[in-house]
Amino acid sequence: MTSYPEWWKLVFGRFTFEALPLHEPILVATFGVVVLGGLALLVLITRMKAWGYLWNEWFTSVDHKKIGIMYMILGVIMLLRGFADALMMRGQQAIAFAGSEGYLPPHHYDQIFTAHGVIMIFFVAMPFVTGLMNFVVPLQIGARDVAFPFLNNFSFWMTVGGAVLVMTSLFIGEFATTGWLAYPPLSGAAYSPGVGMDYYLWGLQVAGVGTTLSGVNLVATIVKMRAPGMDMMKMPVFTWTSLCTNVLIVATFPILAATLALLTLDRYVGTNFFTNDLGGNPMMYVNLIWIWGHPEVYILILPAFGIFSEVASTFCGKRLFGYASMVYATVVITILSYLVWLHHFFTMGSGASVNSFFGITTMIISIPTGAKIFNWLFTMYRGRIRFELPMMWLVAFMLTFVIGGMTGVMLAVPPADFVLHNSLFLVAHFHNVIIGGVVFGIFAGIAYWFPKAFGFRLEPFWGKLSFWFWVVGFYVAFMPLYVLGLMGVTRRLNRFEDPSLQIWFVIAAIGAVLILFGILCFLIQIAVSIIRRDELRDTTGDPWDGRTLEWSTSSPPPDYNFAFTPVIHDHDSWSDMKKRGYQRPLAGFRPIHMPRNTGAGVIIAGLATLCGFALIWHVWWLAALTFVGVVASVITHSFNYDRDFHIPAETVLREEDSRSKLLARA
Amino acid sequence: MSGSQNHAEPHAEHGDHGDAHGAPHGSLRGYVTGFVLSVILTAIPFWLVMNDVLGHATLTALVIMGFAAVQIVVHMVYFLHMNSRSEGGWTMMALIFTIIIVVIALSGSLWVMFHLNANMMPSDMHRM
Amino acid sequence: MEKAAAQVQVSNGAPTFYVTEEEHEHSGGSTMLGFWIYLMSDCLVFAVLFATFGVLGRNYAAGPSGADLFDLRLVAVNTGLLLLSSITYGFAMLAMDKGRQAAMQAWLVVTGLFGLGFIAIELYEFAHLIHEGATPMRSAFLSSFFTLVGTHGLHVTFGLIWLVVLMRQVARRGLIEANCRRLMCLSMFWHFLDIVWIGVFTFVYLMGVLK
Repeated sequence: MTSYPEWWKLVFGRFTFEALPLHEPILVATFGVVVLGGLALLVLITRMKAWGYLWNEWFTSVDHKKIGIMYMILGVIMLLRGFADALMMRGQQAIAFAGSEGYLPPHHYDQIFTAHGVIMIFFVAMPFVTGLMNFVVPLQIGARDVAFPFLNNFSFWMTVGGAVLVMTSLFIGEFATTGWLAYPPLSGAAYSPGVGMDYYLWGLQVAGVGTTLSGVNLVATIVKMRAPGMDMMKMPVFTWTSLCTNVLIVATFPILAATLALLTLDRYVGTNFFTNDLGGNPMMYVNLIWIWGHPEVYILILPAFGIFSEVASTFCGKRLFGYASMVYATVVITILSYLVWLHHFFTMGSGASVNSFFGITTMIISIPTGAKIFNWLFTMYRGRIRFELPMMWLVAFMLTFVIGGMTGVMLAVPPADFVLHNSLFLVAHFHNVIIGGVVFGIFAGIAYWFPKAFGFRLEPFWGKLSFWFWVVGFYVAFMPLYVLGLMGVTRRLNRFEDPSLQIWFVIAAIGAVLILFGILCFLIQIAVSIIRRDELRDTTGDPWDGRTLEWSTSSPPPDYNFAFTPVIHDHDSWSDMKKRGYQRPLAGFRPIHMPRNTGAGVIIAGLATLCGFALIWHVWWLAALTFVGVVASVITHSFNYDRDFHIPAETVLREEDSRSKLLARA
Repeated sequence: MSGSQNHAEPHAEHGDHGDAHGAPHGSLRGYVTGFVLSVILTAIPFWLVMNDVLGHATLTALVIMGFAAVQIVVHMVYFLHMNSRSEGGWTMMALIFTIIIVVIALSGSLWVMFHLNANMMPSDMHRM
Repeated sequence: MEKAAAQVQVSNGAPTFYVTEEEHEHSGGSTMLGFWIYLMSDCLVFAVLFATFGVLGRNYAAGPSGADLFDLRLVAVNTGLLLLSSITYGFAMLAMDKGRQAAMQAWLVVTGLFGLGFIAIELYEFAHLIHEGATPMRSAFLSSFFTLVGTHGLHVTFGLIWLVVLMRQVARRGLIEANCRRLMCLSMFWHFLDIVWIGVFTFVYLMGVLK
């Protein structure tokens, strides 16, 4: 670093060739694989002459369905990265005993557990739930698109931008070594001077803008664009949970943005918010980040609750038990999620009165959640249950989530938390609720809505195999962590002294391998389904005998979703329509007003990502240039008033006719 | 261009949905009333503090916070035209929700951090 | 919307399950609500900054306090400028309602000038403080002060850029539906910043100089 001249710093900022991790064989190998894979993909796309198609039909698309699918693809890609980190951690902890240092040096290991947490929450779980909401909500409420289609495209690319920054850190520089919430003073300039922390900050900041705007968008969509007759208490439960989730997004992600901005100022400007000097207080960061952090947990789990509600009523062939109580429970959870944040730092010394308040509110939040579990149970009671894949996920979820919820209530007791905090018990608990709740929910949602998105069902054999590997793998991987946690083993350790603990870590590693098989089976399932798509074809648009509006249109739905805007008389409206002899309109179509595709979202998000990258490396000229570029392209875009067009009635007629033919074949 | 014409059509219809387009933007009278009120509500706190009229810091703080609260309401009503009808009550609902969250975040942070400081800094090295 | 459905149901015996009229709202209809929701989220950014100021605002680290630094006369002038800009923006909206484009543009210019004055005074104040050694790095109090007031100032700056862009767009295309909608969004933004400023001058400046 010493030999670089002054002009180098001016042009390349902090970047030096030492920042390339050439000394770490694992990373070099990964880099090689990624480069080869990436090149192969690029060549394939070029050979298939697919660039124009991808750009025109997907990247610049403002269609909520395509954006939803792109979010899901992002989620799958990032899941592979996040899971690779998990496997490496489990491997390290299984062998790093009795003097062995394992294969991961501490500095690398710390980056891995940080990256694992950040990626799994922000770039796996978030894209998955946002993707499902994006795809499903407009269809469920009988709308043609979201309220702000361009913003939707832009939000997606900002999320991608954040993911790109985090992925870049793997090969250029390093990632944070601070844990996924980056507590100061460790994350401050004094103790984390490198670029890793800055990758964290700017990656989350760029993605956070996208998440916030997508939240605004979906709230406005649900509030303003419901089909006639769909009042609030006739909304499908998934739409309800999506509304609450997006309200939470809008009301919490700004808190994250502001908190990270303060930490950024500490690091870049030298302010004293969270330092130990000159009146700063690191605990304020912990306080603020958890005001965001706890609602974030509900942002992830509420859509999963919604998915399971849809799955329960569809596959039990009856109305959801206690619709109103389900809605109220969701709303109560939304509000209560703001009143529990301190349970993440009981041990930091706020004293008995504060701890008891937050302990009690935390226990209270289990009441509406418990009510939901009973609602699903009673929906199953005397239902004609079809054990299709989504239903299997529901059952696994109910069993697993209850265990996770109960260990959560244990942790909510402050004295117990004093013993268990920062231990593997906590790690087991939150994986128990996030895998058992969110991940199972996402897989249920994918299996449930896949035929709607692509027009053919997922192949069930590999799906069931994936299911069993995931469920068994989860228990094998995390139950040992509960045991270890109760024995007092703390989290984020790179090696251990006590050889009697090793067996538990070995079991946990076996569990992780089982989950790996689960993920591989899932990928095989998708591949097999694509190959055998003709025999899995869904010609009806309603493969599961569904109950909500998305099943009333074709699979995949036409660009305009519904030829005529549906009118709703009851909840479970599609079920109601089928019961009362609904006839599909076959003629009299009118031109449909639709938003036009635009590349502005890709460009602005790309510039913002580049700006983040420049700031990470202190390349000030590039940061200034790209920032001006962002502002300029936003302004330029605002001068474009030609943002929509009409789909001619003849096109609609053609689309609907082809569906009639398909239906006749079925 | 055709874009602007396309816009006109749907808006003609939804004017009667009673959202912000249909809602009045206030009147000259409303703006002037709001302005005069906010000038008064700004001037009094400044006067109270600059001339130390009440002679008691805590009392002054409470009084000027009261004035701020009233002035915020004045701005909401006369400048932002908040009412429970616009957008079918959703703007009001969003506002109430936001106020609740803001109050929780503000008062919660102050409460938590005050107790933290009281418990963890027994020597009270900084001035509270 | 609900009313429309009820009518559909009553109109003939069998229920109707779709509307044949193309009456679905497009993005324009949701803009005001969407922008309001964005403002609410912006509120929370300020809530964090106020909370930080509330917690750290008395941590002077043996440096200067608000009582040592703040010149309330300057703050009063600034408050006046912002208030005036609020009412002139209101006048612009009244002119817009009447379709008087030239008058509206004139009021927008006046609003912009008041806003510019506000920013200028704030920059002067910041420069003065930094010159006296009261930099954002000096103490947690000053860090949170500069960040809170500066964030408000940045918002005003972006409001000014937006104002100029909008004036250009109105000059090009006139008071068409889309432009009116944008002007109303900026109006909400501008008045919202005014409300935030009430919090700033009360909690930061006035309460800052109280002993």
